[in-house]
Amino acid sequence: MNIIVCIKQVPDTAEVRINPETNTLIRDGVASIINPYDVHAIEAALQIREKTGGRVTVITMGPPQAEAALREAIAMGADDAVLLTDRAFAGSDTWATSYTLAKAVEKLGADMVVCGKQAIDGDTAQVGPEMAEFLNIPHISYVRRIEDVQQKSIRVQRLMDDGSDVVESSLPILLTVVKEINQPRLPSLKGKMAAKKAEIRKWASTDIAADADKIGLKGSPTQVKNIFAPETKKDRKLLEGSPEQQVDDLLRELRGLKCV
Amino acid sequence: MRIEVAGEKCTGCETCLDSCPFTAIVMKDGKAFINEYCQLCRACLGVCPEGAIREVLEEGEEGPEVQDLSKYAGVWIFAEQRDGKVASVAYELLGAGRRLADDRRAQLSAVLFGAPESEALELIRWGADRVYVADNPILERFNDEPYAELIALLIREHRPEIVLAGATPIGRSFFPRVAARLRTGLTADCTALEIDQDTGNLLQIRPAFGGNIMATILCPNNRPQMATVRPRVMKRGSYDEGRKGEIIHVKTEGLTSRTRVLETIKEVSEITVNLHETDVIVSGGRGLGDPKGFKLLGELAELLGGALGASRAAVDEGWISYRHQVGQTGKTVCPKIYIACGISGAVQHLVGMQSSDVIIAINKNPEAPIFNVANYGIVGDVYEIVPMLIRKIKEAKG
Repeated sequence: MNIIVCIKQVPDTAEVRINPETNTLIRDGVASIINPYDVHAIEAALQIREKTGGRVTVITMGPPQAEAALREAIAMGADDAVLLTDRAFAGSDTWATSYTLAKAVEKLGADMVVCGKQAIDGDTAQVGPEMAEFLNIPHISYVRRIEDVQQKSIRVQRLMDDGSDVVESSLPILLTVVKEINQPRLPSLKGKMAAKKAEIRKWASTDIAADADKIGLKGSPTQVKNIFAPETKKDRKLLEGSPEQQVDDLLRELRGLKCV
Repeated sequence: MRIEVAGEKCTGCETCLDSCPFTAIVMKDGKAFINEYCQLCRACLGVCPEGAIREVLEEGEEGPEVQDLSKYAGVWIFAEQRDGKVASVAYELLGAGRRLADDRRAQLSAVLFGAPESEALELIRWGADRVYVADNPILERFNDEPYAELIALLIREHRPEIVLAGATPIGRSFFPRVAARLRTGLTADCTALEIDQDTGNLLQIRPAFGGNIMATILCPNNRPQMATVRPRVMKRGSYDEGRKGEIIHVKTEGLTSRTRVLETIKEVSEITVNLHETDVIVSGGRGLGDPKGFKLLGELAELLGGALGASRAAVDEGWISYRHQVGQTGKTVCPKIYIACGISGAVQHLVGMQSSDVIIAINKNPEAPIFNVANYGIVGDVYEIVPMLIRKIKEAKG
């Protein structure tokens, strides 16, 4: 079974801030990590490989330094990795990104594609399902458990607002996974050695026969008009006095609201 | 798009060769062939006496790059249902959709799959002018493929300008397929939607970068403009029992699905229900410094008859379970009173609670952004203030 995991290298968003003067992101000194949900996707793929045999190939689209994320995935146990890197990919929104990834998956050939449910920098959760559409394969989002996997079929639980659905599908399929699906393993010593030695293939847009109109900025239907620091209410009111006075004031307000 | 010569029609007369300013038409095996130098200038179209030169859409492409936007009108909302009952987010979408439709002087339509007509009537009473109802057993339970296929068909036929769905596990899962198929943009998890009065474009506002900043997204050259909208952010419109609208039953033949829902396991946690229904939420963040802080907050919540919430930071620390998480990646709540204890107020948290009626913040740091949204702020130590508050409430209750 050929399993492809799509990952993204992301800034550790807990640390990203906006410069209120210029309305631009302050990304200096922010560490890059594998998107946390994607680490669970890698683990899910490795566990499926243990059951069905086959290969796990990890791919990412990004700048040359995203290679580090791929090496981390190999250290966890992935067999192989491909970096999609090309200036022509710059400015891709979810449509162009999923088109590009789908072209690479097409070239590699896959029985299963596994993604994290979303990336923590964009939080859109769109690239997985959009890719499935481009590949013309079914997908199941928010997978929390894999109940059974065979060479030609799979049965999983997907998380819903009111519980879960048990869903079965034929293969090939694309899954997006949530964190509770597994506990990702740490890289082994052997894995770290393999990661060091691994040859990472680098593909540009021409290597995947991507249509120039569908990649990068040109291929992206959406545009970011502006980014801004969130507005805040202006009627802030700090209570004053000793802690006891403040608590008394608060209690009075709570009584006024018929809360006490 | 590309331009090609239909080989079977070409007679090899070479008439077309000179029409190309880029010399991209060459003879190959006695027939004309358009090579990679083609700039898609269209100068050759119509030159061929046999009509062999034609424009071809690439696989998945939906027409020329710039669509004729004027052919698109109207606002649509997707009304999702579980067990035949329309989800509350659909009524919120009608509230938002009504406002946008009125701004654009257009009609508001709802799309309802796999639910009875009584639900369609309800959608009309909440503001829809028209409801497209699709009744087919394959649509009763949610499967991405038939949902995506049918709504894409309807959109192609009726050309709405704006299409909205809830940012729920359902909307977030199948709407991306629709956008991919229609070659248009989709903006996830919007918290505000407005019409740009100059261009008529939809301004789609959403948190980005983990919710630390907000972004305005546009889809200027493609239609429809699609977005998913966070539940419990938009206000419902007004309910009118006598409101009349049109119900249109749509054809559903030929829908297929490679996925199949075998069963549905209900496991709505009490906590989730409480967070959504309670009048009071007491919530804790990293400032608690310790999982024990939640014991204290739990006591206050119980006294006030409320529920216990948490920021992502506290959940990430492992102090409390994810089910309590409020914020962009957790629950969106709007209780009457939200008491934030030791929560700094990252945007990703604020987007999940800032529509609460009254916000009370307790934090050591007077610069904490939580105070910017708080109606009442106390700069102080949670471990001093909260026990005192608990004692005084107990005294007050006698």
